[in-house]
Amino acid sequence: MTRYTGQTRDWKGPYAAYDLVKELCIALGVITLLAVVLTVLLSSPDEKPSTIAQWSTATPADFESTAVSELDGTSGIAGYGPPYNHAAEGQHAAFLKPQEWLGVSHPIDTPSAYVFEPLATIANDPALQSAIATYKGASASQQKAWSEAYAKALENATVAANGTLRVAAGAYGPVPAMMNALLGLAQTGGLEGNLLRSNQFFQTDYTKPLLFMADGKLLEGRAESEHLLGDQWGMMNETGSYPGQSWLWLYTFWYQIEPFKNSENADILVVLVMTLLSIAFVCIPFIPGVRSIPRWIPVHRLIWREHYSRLR
Amino acid sequence: MSVAATPGKRSWTVRTREAAVGALPPEKLLPDGQPTYVDSWIYVFGVATLAALIVIVGSGMILGLKGPAWWHDTGVGHFFNSIHLWAVELFFFTMVVHLWGKYWMAAWRGGRARVWMTGAVTFLVAIPTALTGYVSQQNFDAQWISTQAKDAMNSIGAGAFFNVTNFGQMYSWHVLLFPVAVVALVAGHVLLVRRHGVVPPFELAERAPAAPAGSASPPGPASGAPPPAGPPSEAPPSGGAQPGRQGEPS
Repeated sequence: MTRYTGQTRDWKGPYAAYDLVKELCIALGVITLLAVVLTVLLSSPDEKPSTIAQWSTATPADFESTAVSELDGTSGIAGYGPPYNHAAEGQHAAFLKPQEWLGVSHPIDTPSAYVFEPLATIANDPALQSAIATYKGASASQQKAWSEAYAKALENATVAANGTLRVAAGAYGPVPAMMNALLGLAQTGGLEGNLLRSNQFFQTDYTKPLLFMADGKLLEGRAESEHLLGDQWGMMNETGSYPGQSWLWLYTFWYQIEPFKNSENADILVVLVMTLLSIAFVCIPFIPGVRSIPRWIPVHRLIWREHYSRLR
Repeated sequence: MSVAATPGKRSWTVRTREAAVGALPPEKLLPDGQPTYVDSWIYVFGVATLAALIVIVGSGMILGLKGPAWWHDTGVGHFFNSIHLWAVELFFFTMVVHLWGKYWMAAWRGGRARVWMTGAVTFLVAIPTALTGYVSQQNFDAQWISTQAKDAMNSIGAGAFFNVTNFGQMYSWHVLLFPVAVVALVAGHVLLVRRHGVVPPFELAERAPAAPAGSASPPGPASGAPPPAGPPSEAPPSGGAQPGRQGEPS
């Protein structure tokens, strides 16, 4: 059996004519042609974005449930922690708590951001102003009792012909009045603009509306139908049947197995694993064993078969 | 025309020029000959990756000229977005094949560690470059990916300054900062390849490293020829390896 040494010496052998520029031009032509052919045959996906107006119109109960959870601080974002609020420490791995260390850089007070501030834009509605005043004037325990009761009632809510919600009678206090006003604002498209409002005229930061929608079920429902959920290896998928970020397969892989799959700190653990693997990948030339595999498994005999056949 | 310099004093410009030409003389930067072992389809994937990057940058510039909403509203815009997408897919495909090929060649041998490392870092930097493109699409895909990717970013604290749900920020990173990084890395990688030459094959133990019989001579004076070899060494590859430092174990 032929044995390959680990030796590499400068090439003293012959050279063949080679046109570097021509090769690049041909490659550019071929790749361009391939891209054009794939474009003509397959185009590219462009699923229209969801809007809060669509969401609140299609599933008003889910919209109001989400809004109630923002109001009483039980939503995903309300309890997220940094960088949005101080409700939790965030993820950690042993002593590493970078999420906490970096602090709250994009503060979102969910009752204010998603309920009170949008409702404040509705003018000439004394009943609504009264409901807000009643809610703010109540004790925290009373507020919690109202919102919990209303959230439970929403599970069996029915939708009237005019798009409003009907729930069983109960002790909900001013919460239904506030939520129905917010629903009306959302259905007319007013809430989106409100959540984008800042001190600037031009807007490019969609953090607030995106996080609000992500707390509901609309995006998740669409993602599931498009096989984009985490347990569907969604990180590397694309809408439709298009190839997505398939290069993220290893990153996605860790989320499918324990101990990452059900860990509350899955994200930081996976990122740390991938960071270590990435460093190892870059440093392969210095890692004993890993750098020797190509010599032990002689795939290079295929690559340089012409060269080796000339030697024999 | 050169200007007479002060005796004994060379300007920074002259030193830079001399260092650049010394490291990469023109015949080495743009060689018209390659060692005969450079004879496999696997070598195509390196230049194909470079070609795909050029198509990505070109189609991205066209998309950038018309703004981020253009491709949603017009057929021409959608066409160029599709070109951009498929060029990205081809870029990653050819780059991964190129990387695997170079792994099995142990292409870091002979003082070429930096060549491998710049290639590997390019792959790693290309990933967030693509991610920022996906979250800048202004469609459902962007909504979903950004709301999911935020958790990984936030978990390591990166979300404090790299907000994937901020379209404006992601668009800036995607059209300027990351592409500049990728292009710079690729440029450095290619220059290192030209400086060190294509890694030679493993040598057969029972064969002396002699020239294959019946082969032709180099076309032209030392076209693309690597510098003279130093003595074989058992030292591990060095990121700052000199061209003459050859012979380390893979």
